[in-house]
Amino acid sequence: MRYLPKSPADREAMLKAIGLRSVDDLFAPIPAEYRLTRDLNIPRQMAESEIVDFFRQRSRENGDGGYTSFLGAGAYSHYRPVVIDSLISRGEFLTAYTPYQAEISQGTLQSIFEFQTMICELTGMEVANASMYDGSTAAAEAVMMAVRLTGRRSVVVARSLHPEYREVLATYATHQGMPLSVAGFRDDGRVNLSELEKSITPETACVLVQSPNFFGTIEDVAAVAEIAHKHGAMLVVSIAEAVSLGIVEPPRHADVIAMEAQSFGVPLGFGGPYCGVIATREKYVRQMPGRLVGQTVDKQGRRGFVLTLATREQHIRREKATSNICTNQALVALMVNIFMTVYGKVGLKELAKQNLAKTAYAAAQFAKHGKALFAAAPRFNEFVVQTSEDPDAINSRLLGHKIVGGLPLKKFYPELGNAALWCCTELTTRSAIDTAVGLVAESERSVRSSKEEDVEEVAR
Amino acid sequence: MKPVIRKATLQVNQNEGLIFEKSSAGKAAWKLPPLDVPEVDTAQLLGASERKDLGNMPEVSEIEIIRHFTRMSTWNYAIDLGMYPLGSCTMKYNPRVNEAVARVEGIANGHPYQPEKISQGALQIIKTLSEQLIEITGMDAITLQPAAGAHGEMTGLLMVRAYHESKGNARKKILIPDSAHGTNPATAAMVNYAVENLKSDSRGMVDIAALAAQMNEDVAALMLTNPNTLGVFEQDIHKIADILHAKGGLLYMDGANMNALVGKVRPGDFGVDVMHLNLHKTFSTPHGGGGPGSGPVAIKKALEPFLPKPVVTMKPDGTLAFDYDRPQSVGRVRSFYGNFGMFVRALAYIQANGPDGLRQTTEDAVLNANYIREGLEGTYDLPYSTPTMHEVVFSDKLQLKKGVRTMDIAKRLIDYGFHPYTTAFPLIVPGALMIEPTESESKEEMDLFIDAMKSIAEEVEEDPQKVLDAPHSTRISRLDETAAARKPVLRWKPAQ
Repeated sequence: MRYLPKSPADREAMLKAIGLRSVDDLFAPIPAEYRLTRDLNIPRQMAESEIVDFFRQRSRENGDGGYTSFLGAGAYSHYRPVVIDSLISRGEFLTAYTPYQAEISQGTLQSIFEFQTMICELTGMEVANASMYDGSTAAAEAVMMAVRLTGRRSVVVARSLHPEYREVLATYATHQGMPLSVAGFRDDGRVNLSELEKSITPETACVLVQSPNFFGTIEDVAAVAEIAHKHGAMLVVSIAEAVSLGIVEPPRHADVIAMEAQSFGVPLGFGGPYCGVIATREKYVRQMPGRLVGQTVDKQGRRGFVLTLATREQHIRREKATSNICTNQALVALMVNIFMTVYGKVGLKELAKQNLAKTAYAAAQFAKHGKALFAAAPRFNEFVVQTSEDPDAINSRLLGHKIVGGLPLKKFYPELGNAALWCCTELTTRSAIDTAVGLVAESERSVRSSKEEDVEEVAR
Repeated sequence: MKPVIRKATLQVNQNEGLIFEKSSAGKAAWKLPPLDVPEVDTAQLLGASERKDLGNMPEVSEIEIIRHFTRMSTWNYAIDLGMYPLGSCTMKYNPRVNEAVARVEGIANGHPYQPEKISQGALQIIKTLSEQLIEITGMDAITLQPAAGAHGEMTGLLMVRAYHESKGNARKKILIPDSAHGTNPATAAMVNYAVENLKSDSRGMVDIAALAAQMNEDVAALMLTNPNTLGVFEQDIHKIADILHAKGGLLYMDGANMNALVGKVRPGDFGVDVMHLNLHKTFSTPHGGGGPGSGPVAIKKALEPFLPKPVVTMKPDGTLAFDYDRPQSVGRVRSFYGNFGMFVRALAYIQANGPDGLRQTTEDAVLNANYIREGLEGTYDLPYSTPTMHEVVFSDKLQLKKGVRTMDIAKRLIDYGFHPYTTAFPLIVPGALMIEPTESESKEEMDLFIDAMKSIAEEVEEDPQKVLDAPHSTRISRLDETAAARKPVLRWKPAQ
């Protein structure tokens, strides 16, 4: 086996040193009746070339990168600078463990410290952790943090929060006695503030909204904050599209921000691994879950970095920990860190502006043929188009043109009828937009003409 | 005595400040293509939501970025440099073909919501890995959705709870041995179960009499790590399972130490009802400085209705699809389908090994741990003489007489060119040195390790201060962790 660095003679010598005759003696502690006496029923050893072929074949069955996609909805297609993979492929980053031994982990520690700093700069928060699993679990953990901080138990969630984030939150909340209530959205796509206020009770620990929300609409976070704070509840804001932070004012009125940073240089990867992050105010840091890196000095007074505030964590506090999280998403956070460094102060803004421009163009073009919902409030890089025809039918025609159309919303929001969520990023070309718009226009025309035929039929 | 350090030599190491300290206005590492749609007036589009300033975000060039991260990388120890014997962490070689196949276009860039028609490759990967992990564990069904081991524990306990609820009583508590990893009790608390500790016997195993006495109809499950954190296989596993099952409880196995078992014995065969795996331990996906992990949960048939949704199914026409119609499901524990990129890597690892390779891997891992035990027994105190599987736990009892503790020995090991073992865990061994070599170490590397540990033991006798002050050869010495926690500095700020 090519990964194993021992010759048969080495094994012999080692067994002899231990005083055993056969390797089977090492497994004597396992009761004989449970020992496997056959081969595992899995395919034989494959050569590297065969493994590569296997996955190339799967890639071909998986689109093979040959489609232009208008999908977003929590997973965004942005350009990934080449230096990201060059740098994260360095074995010293790739094959290191959690940096418990600070003296030989300064590379990982300093990069996490920079990550925490940049997340603070971008979100307007004072502290950020080293990462969480993803945006959905970060949101759930942020809510649990608010429950601990307020001593209250219930949660008001906007219906315009990513539906899968809501599902994850429901799973986490079910067994912790955290009742959830949901506030709907208005005609402009923003959370319904009066409904939200009515849902808040003296037991409400926090309000959770997403901005830009699932429809791409930018929430009036200040207004939501005012309502939440008036009732002594905290405000948790979820951000699923991190690139928005380049041009959209961050939710500075939030008490906790739960973010998904996948947009910052992390491949779509069929949904993971991604990079959740929690950011908050300094005064709440001791209730924040996840790893934290802090700056300190060594015996000679030199600057260095360590994992800190570990008394919040499971390996010290066990059942009284802020969370059970242990392994997080360090290497993915490093991708995010490198991406933020590449684009930086000016590039992130320009990048976000291109997303905004492409989306504004696309939404305007679609609006000429279908109905672009929620046009009255500002949006970032997603928008909802309502069509006469079922979007699944339109999408299957688009697929013939190597285009993946917007996400049909029927499954999540049946009340929106034939609606789909479209996303444009800096990678979406005008010609792809025009082709997609053309096919939607065709669909509208054919539905209209068949309706006219029906009318004529009736008239006759 | 002058220590002989054979594995490592000092060399010049580059200094590097924080990226913010290199930033200055006008430098850039990015270039966007020209916009092919009309420019927009952001103030008009966004109104009050328009962001004006990005604060202290850096402005640097590409070469500076490459040097910045490359220099920092050289300050890390890594498996690629040498033995990384952290106990229960299974720091094994991370094969490079895994990385290559995870980056194949259609796999790396598949969108989780793309139509199933063009997702058959990804679905096939999920299905194939699921089937192989089921065969390896001897269980009946699996979910790959959990993002890490602790997340898998939560998912497993949610299914335990759902199972008991379906029988009319969710039960109240989880039994956890005192040797367990801290995530076990933390997880039980997250799923709203009370934790009851179970003490170990003189062999470091579950005390069967204590278990029998503590087991009753309030106990939902026992969370057992097997081999446990002492590297000891629970020989009475069948009795443990019987005691639990007789009172309707379930046996949960923490699969952190599965590297001791693959291809030799299957948890499903010895009475386990629910277990999680760590793909980043046993199945070679990289630890990456602390993630991403992946924590699949394998279960017996009786728990199948409660799996998180969606699950992959085959349609009558032979194509694969996600099934969301799972009325008894515990729900969703993560968005989308889990850390898919890790599934790809784990599957590539299993393919490279095949049944014989996996078995040889396990045998080598156990052989290595026993070789280290043989080499260091006597030099270091071995608190439990029970047979060792994939890891061995010593204590600092002998060195403590000179005032030297496990952490000091660990720090001195750094000077010898090794990453330390796990210190001060498991909690049932005061001053523990927990060593897991994995199968990835050659005899030569382990001989160097044994020599280094013996040399340090001699230093403890002759010059304990040298060990207490270690490490001596790193770019920084021991850091003031107390100050870091007392007045946390968690981000860089510009000088006032």
